[in-house]
Amino acid sequence: MSDVSSGPGRRGDPRRHLREAGVGEAATVSTGVLLDAAVETGEETVETAPVRSNLRLVARRFLRHRLAVASLVVLLLIAALAALAPVVSPYDYNPPLTNEVLDQARQPPSWDHLFGTDRLGRDQLTRVLYALQKSLLVGIGVALLSVAIGVTIGAIAGYRGGWVDALLMRFTDLVLVLPALAVLLILAKNPEPSFFGLFDLPPATEVPGMILVISVLGWMAMARIVRGEFLSLREKEFVEAARAAGASGTRIVVRHLLPNAVGPIVVFATLEVGLAILTEATLSFLGAGIELPDVSLGNLIADAEDTVGTDLSYLLVFPGLVLFLVVLCVNFVGDGLRDALDPRATP
Amino acid sequence: MLKYILRRIAASIPVLLLASVLVFVLVREFGADPARVRCQQSRDPGCRARVTEALGLDASLPEQYVTFMGDFFQGDWGESQRSDRSVAESIRDALWETSQLAFWGVLVSVVVAVAIGVYSARRPYSVGDYVFTGLAFAGIAMPTFWFGLLVIQYATFELQQLSGSSEPFFYSIPNPLGSGPLDYFRELALPVLVLSVQLVAGWSRYQRSALLDELHRDYIRTARAKGLSQRRVVWKHGLRNSLSPLVTVVALDFGALFGGLIITERVFSRPGMGTLLLDALENGDTQVILPWMLVTGSLIIACNLLADVLYGVLDPRVRVA
Repeated sequence: MSDVSSGPGRRGDPRRHLREAGVGEAATVSTGVLLDAAVETGEETVETAPVRSNLRLVARRFLRHRLAVASLVVLLLIAALAALAPVVSPYDYNPPLTNEVLDQARQPPSWDHLFGTDRLGRDQLTRVLYALQKSLLVGIGVALLSVAIGVTIGAIAGYRGGWVDALLMRFTDLVLVLPALAVLLILAKNPEPSFFGLFDLPPATEVPGMILVISVLGWMAMARIVRGEFLSLREKEFVEAARAAGASGTRIVVRHLLPNAVGPIVVFATLEVGLAILTEATLSFLGAGIELPDVSLGNLIADAEDTVGTDLSYLLVFPGLVLFLVVLCVNFVGDGLRDALDPRATP
Repeated sequence: MLKYILRRIAASIPVLLLASVLVFVLVREFGADPARVRCQQSRDPGCRARVTEALGLDASLPEQYVTFMGDFFQGDWGESQRSDRSVAESIRDALWETSQLAFWGVLVSVVVAVAIGVYSARRPYSVGDYVFTGLAFAGIAMPTFWFGLLVIQYATFELQQLSGSSEPFFYSIPNPLGSGPLDYFRELALPVLVLSVQLVAGWSRYQRSALLDELHRDYIRTARAKGLSQRRVVWKHGLRNSLSPLVTVVALDFGALFGGLIITERVFSRPGMGTLLLDALENGDTQVILPWMLVTGSLIIACNLLADVLYGVLDPRVRVA
């Protein structure tokens, strides 16, 4: 692999030339990236398989996005701490309330208790770590389920077109019109949800039920994106070639169309993780989700709500700070992925 | 133009009807069973069956829908189970409270977002632009309920300690006019601040890219070439044309606010649509939930319609399509 900077795309600055020609700034930057990309793939195909070169290209573009890389590192670190909470923390998140534990109550942050202890002497950092386990599970679960629903609906609409497309997209628009948070509250507040009485669904007080509820309103953007991609992709020559070669509809969608839409799907999934974590915390805060004694970032903050204006307000500050940091990092990673996977999309 | 508007209105009527069906199924089939919520405290084993019958929940779903919509259109929205007020009255009062908060929040946010957007678009990739980009990212990732609580903590209690006053700071600033408009704004200031942070984060990015696009067009170059000052080029020509996408986004978000102010109202204990819904959910007051959803859904659809129409008014090219 030769040094890219010696490639013809970097000879001089093509952007300056374009700018002088009066092309818009948004267009120029992406054209520059596109030029680089073209050059790099060109060089790669000669030496290695095209799929690998593409992946490596994406990885390299992502690594150039320093903020995204730093965010990914922070996220992995937080996830590892949360997953290893029983090992990392010497405390229990819901210890039996013995005198020893109760004696530790209301301690401000110190080296023994980095986030302090709550009114019953429980270590707040430990509680936050266990809450994070739930948040991350919900985030990843919702992203996977929303992508599954969104891609299915978008793929059918985009590939079939016609009245199927019209029907599915009108339905998508309809769901988008509903007041989202209110619908989520109504769904999450149901202690015994069922599917039209046919079979029971898990309640939203636990992680699987929460994932289900948030995913109900999480798929619309994905469906629209995939539909758009498919509508333009299905007219391309390679699809015609596949059809002429006798490929079935399913095969064309799965093997030929989906791989071409992988960029937007990955970016959407990442951003959805952040949104789902925020939504879960909001629902639990409003009392329509994971309930104490199970901990979630939302109900920890709700539990500390009455500490506003008292010496105990550190109980409120830390869980929120962690929540904020996680969502911020996820969004930065998503931004970096967008730059890396789909250079045209970013202005 | 009139034809365009009428066409848009006609197109949104079926949406309204279908949305009402969807809402009905959601609330009745996937929401909590009102009989269960109301019989939580009761020891009577026949309680659930009795309440189910009293509320007409034993009928089939389509039957229930027809009955409900019939009553709804005749203005008979029922009585709230908790208070003796009619549902229509509660919703009207709540809507008034929420509209005030939404109105001031949107007004402040538009002004701030446009100012930030113009600044960033005039100096793209400058230090200031990066600072605002960072703040926008922070605003989008900020959990609203937590931010609201922090605002209360710092704007009132921490400042109270600093100033050494006996009352929470924000509410202890003396009001020379006695009561009246100043008190009104003092009540609204903090909720509006929390609301604006979310809105400005999204809108300022939007305005930045819209104006940036506009400033690279040919007519801007012409305006510069004929010797107009930079200020005039940006504010008179560029800004005007870049506002139409923002206007539609604002109209869309304004609709969403009627159903989305739940968190802000809850944190600041303000009466309004959000508080009404939370109370109804808590108390199993299902008589309130369905009309609530229909009213908010209609408002959202109305604001979508408004966004469509405004877009057509501001950009004549849209009307033809």
